[in-house]
Amino acid sequence: MVAMTQDAAAGQAPDPALVAAFDAAVAADERVEPRDWMPAEYRASLVRQMAQHAHSEIIGMQPEANWITRAPSLRRKAILMAKVQDEAGHGLYLYSAAETLGTSRDELLDKLHAGKQKYSSIFNYPTLTWADVGAIGWLVDGAAITNQVPLCRCSYGPYARAMVRICKEESFHQRQGYELLLALSQGTEAQHAMAQDAVDRWWWPSLMMFGPPDDESAHSAQSMAWRIKRHSNDELRQRFVDIAVPQAEALGLTLPDPDLKWNEERGHHDFGTIDWSEFWEVLKGNGPCNEQRIGQRRRAHEEGAWVRDAAAEYARKHGEAKA
Amino acid sequence: MSTSEWPLWEVFVRSRRGLSHTHAGSLHAPDAEMALRNARDLYTRRNEGVSIWVVPSAAVTASSPDERDPFFAPSADKPYRHPTFYEIPEGVRHL
Repeated sequence: MVAMTQDAAAGQAPDPALVAAFDAAVAADERVEPRDWMPAEYRASLVRQMAQHAHSEIIGMQPEANWITRAPSLRRKAILMAKVQDEAGHGLYLYSAAETLGTSRDELLDKLHAGKQKYSSIFNYPTLTWADVGAIGWLVDGAAITNQVPLCRCSYGPYARAMVRICKEESFHQRQGYELLLALSQGTEAQHAMAQDAVDRWWWPSLMMFGPPDDESAHSAQSMAWRIKRHSNDELRQRFVDIAVPQAEALGLTLPDPDLKWNEERGHHDFGTIDWSEFWEVLKGNGPCNEQRIGQRRRAHEEGAWVRDAAAEYARKHGEAKA
Repeated sequence: MSTSEWPLWEVFVRSRRGLSHTHAGSLHAPDAEMALRNARDLYTRRNEGVSIWVVPSAAVTASSPDERDPFFAPSADKPYRHPTFYEIPEGVRHL
């Protein structure tokens, strides 16, 4: 649905009654809907987060699509195509949800192409072997699910509803990745080594997906107060580590962290220090694939322009014929 | 380059026969036919539907979202429209 922008103009104090109604709705765990009044900062914060999320879904198609033509069997190929198609669908759910806040699709894509809005840094890593498809499904989608399940209860209705659909579909993504890795891990020595190598390379970047530590996270506190976010970055990261450790054991693979061990007292796994300098470098655009990913996205958009134009022209002509 | 964005459509999906269409989400498409095709690809990849409606978002007329909207006031003070309003002696059945 189309948003009605009733926010107070910049610099003008909003009606205290509206602010109170919004605060009360959020505090009572009610959902905020597109035509409700909301603080301009809440709207801006949602647009930033949802745009980044949508962009991540469609950029995330690239590293996996890289392997479609080289999938080792028809079964794996059909699965991978379905998964990449799902990622496109997830991007569209999220763009639709973001549009309810009054930003147009074109505006969001323009900002992505101009580098003014970000996407998840994880997609700036290359997929070097077939096992990477498995590691992405298990670890990257696994981390994404850990992040996304609480978003199904996000205070903004359209975002929460999009996340419900996405989470249902992500579960297939994670399981196909895990199954793929298991097949490799139990395969020949070379296949096992390939699976281990993929896990070694994707483990740390997956942990970085939860964002910087709580005390360095720019938006966390406000997002939690607005109930856009329900858990802190560190809390979700810990949850993911605790889930992943026994899963790795069942795979017969190890996780590349010598400090990873169960802490009886905390009831959680301790793990090593994350190299945040790498995270910030990739975020700044210096990751292995930043240029390739955004370049390919721009090219796809430009080269698809004639299709969009042709469809619009066809619709115009047929609209005229009917009128 | 496209001069303007394709219009927005609201998508309603009937999940199976016997149920009504429910709102699934929205999408952009140049015309109704493409909106239907896009809706099929976007909202029914896993047998979620047996029928789809697409409606131009601009054609939707909505009430105000305010929960204290006087528009809905006439129904708020008429509890006697609900069966639970009435006291029936214990033991009376099929009522």
